[in-house]
Amino acid sequence: MYKYDEYDHAMVDARVAEFSDQVRRRLAGEITEDQFKPLRLMNGLYLQLHAYMLRVAVPYGTLDSRQMRMLAHIARKYDRDYGHFTTRQNIQYNWIKLEDAPAILQDLASVEMHAIQTSGNCIRNISSDQWAGAAADEITDPRPWAELLRQWSSFHPEFSYLPRKFKIAVIAANEDRAAMRLHDIGIQIVEKDGQHGAAFYVGGGMGRTPMIAPLIKDFVPLDDMLSYAEACLRVYNRYGRRDNIYKARIKILIHELGADEYRRQVEEEFVHVKSLGIDPPKAEFDRIAAQFAPPPLDASAPDAIDRSDPDFAVWVDQNVAEHKVSGHAIVNISLKPIGGIPGDASSAQIDLMADLAEKYSHDELRVTHAQNIVLPHVRKGDLYAVWQALDAAGLATPNLDLISDIIACPGLDYCSLANARSIPVAQKIATRFSDLGRQKELGELKLKISGCINACGHHHAGHIGILGVDRKGTENYQLSLGGSGAEDVSLGTITGPGFDEDGVVDAIERVTDKYLATRTEGERFVDTFRRVGMAPFKEAIYG
Amino acid sequence: MVEHIHSDGEEPAVTLDAFLSQSNATAVRLEPDEDARALIPHLDRLALIEVAFPKFRDGRGYSSARILREAGYAGELRAQGDVLVDQIAYMKRCGFDTFAPEKELNAADVEAALARWPEHYQGAADGAVPIWKLRHG
Repeated sequence: MYKYDEYDHAMVDARVAEFSDQVRRRLAGEITEDQFKPLRLMNGLYLQLHAYMLRVAVPYGTLDSRQMRMLAHIARKYDRDYGHFTTRQNIQYNWIKLEDAPAILQDLASVEMHAIQTSGNCIRNISSDQWAGAAADEITDPRPWAELLRQWSSFHPEFSYLPRKFKIAVIAANEDRAAMRLHDIGIQIVEKDGQHGAAFYVGGGMGRTPMIAPLIKDFVPLDDMLSYAEACLRVYNRYGRRDNIYKARIKILIHELGADEYRRQVEEEFVHVKSLGIDPPKAEFDRIAAQFAPPPLDASAPDAIDRSDPDFAVWVDQNVAEHKVSGHAIVNISLKPIGGIPGDASSAQIDLMADLAEKYSHDELRVTHAQNIVLPHVRKGDLYAVWQALDAAGLATPNLDLISDIIACPGLDYCSLANARSIPVAQKIATRFSDLGRQKELGELKLKISGCINACGHHHAGHIGILGVDRKGTENYQLSLGGSGAEDVSLGTITGPGFDEDGVVDAIERVTDKYLATRTEGERFVDTFRRVGMAPFKEAIYG
Repeated sequence: MVEHIHSDGEEPAVTLDAFLSQSNATAVRLEPDEDARALIPHLDRLALIEVAFPKFRDGRGYSSARILREAGYAGELRAQGDVLVDQIAYMKRCGFDTFAPEKELNAADVEAALARWPEHYQGAADGAVPIWKLRHG
């Protein structure tokens, strides 16, 4: 894991001092809320329906146990004893007092954490593959590349007042576990002539105009990566639309210019930017990469798992994935108990996960964009002990990637932008499909719910997506089918007229029944949908 | 460092169009939607480029400033308009050397803001040595 040096500490400390001063000036009435807003946003502080919400960055989703315990401490001391893990691998607290924010940032800084650029029209937290460093299919660990980008983008003087927010994801495997092509910049580390480089996909995103990012450059050498990113951003900062907030994301610029013209402009800017000497030397990458060295895993550890406890065996089959080192496994902890709030964890649960990471996973945890937690490096011989501890804490729901492993935004229960509630819909769907046998029969089925058109719940990328809208003062839910945020990326298609809260649950049941009756051997829901199209599902839903 | 009004006797800055179409002017004002690169052939006869910030949220002027400094402009580069204390450190990094805020800034706050950052992660237009270079010499 990356450890701060004196420079990183000084930067975060300066930010805490700066924000403390800004809060002081706001509380004293020296600056207006309008002037304060972009400042608090760049420090992750939103004003929500009931209170301030603080979003804390978890860079590329990686944490150690000390940091995880600090997240529990903050929930306990400053919030209502729980936190909410988000689709960008961050955590947010929903009940924060403005006057506590400086103290919270101080606490975070003590464990090398911060809330820098977790909101605002700037480059946001860099996200990545939650199985980085553990997945058998990666060509390298993407996190050193992400850390280079994190430092470059932190307090970037030119790109802190962009037309709109800017999200970057970095992966290094063909299987895309980070929804890479639905980011403003999605980077895939690829290999060419024995060298690793970055493939740049630019202009993806969800929101009201979902787009899949086109490939802008197939191979950017490590030595050029920051210059290339700088060129991508400069073209956007200069020419991205500022007349309409809904058309201000880079995807609209690239859509209007065309990928070829955008690429031409970036290439021209890159030739200039490259001459400025802003790319760090290979030694800096090596310094960072050394800190992501693989943990000392014993490849001769036994590969066998004692499956005599049937409940444990069910969990292993669903929530445990192969590790690249023999005798080890990746444990996926579901934060989706049936009837619970997707992504929420109590202080006690956060502490417990920290304890398990320290004892069994080389002190590492990950947050996933699907709002779950990962213990990336667990010996297979320890799995039973890990499961028992998780089970006792309500953290062993064996539903990874099943229909009840729902991504949901906070919705109208918390969010000032929402048109409809998301959480109760997620709870009703999970409850309707609570029978595990039924869920497993349906297989991989990614269900995602957003409470408004901004699509924080990734509904466009759901095999089944739900969008809550306000229709003449009542909550109405539109259903879409066939989306994916993975390597088979696609955008869902709306089925037709929307439903009320119970109606959408019934409609999903008709969709899944139709799938079971239509699928061929080995077909996932989304495969069947792609083969047969919308018509049979539409008929099943609306008759 | 921070000016609140234009100094007496200063030549008024002309618009980009006026500058390009005629004149012997040595001061020009650049609006957010105007291309800073149009000035590059003329930089050696300019003494002042004033970059307008009609709204602090509009960050195009930061790119304009860097482009001008990267092209070798050595004259005065002024940020004018909705320039707030919390923006001027970034503006300085992008190459601005004078500030003409519409609303007067508290001098102590300005001093604190400019002194806030001990180092910087990335290279920009202020000549600061980036942290990666400090790490590796």
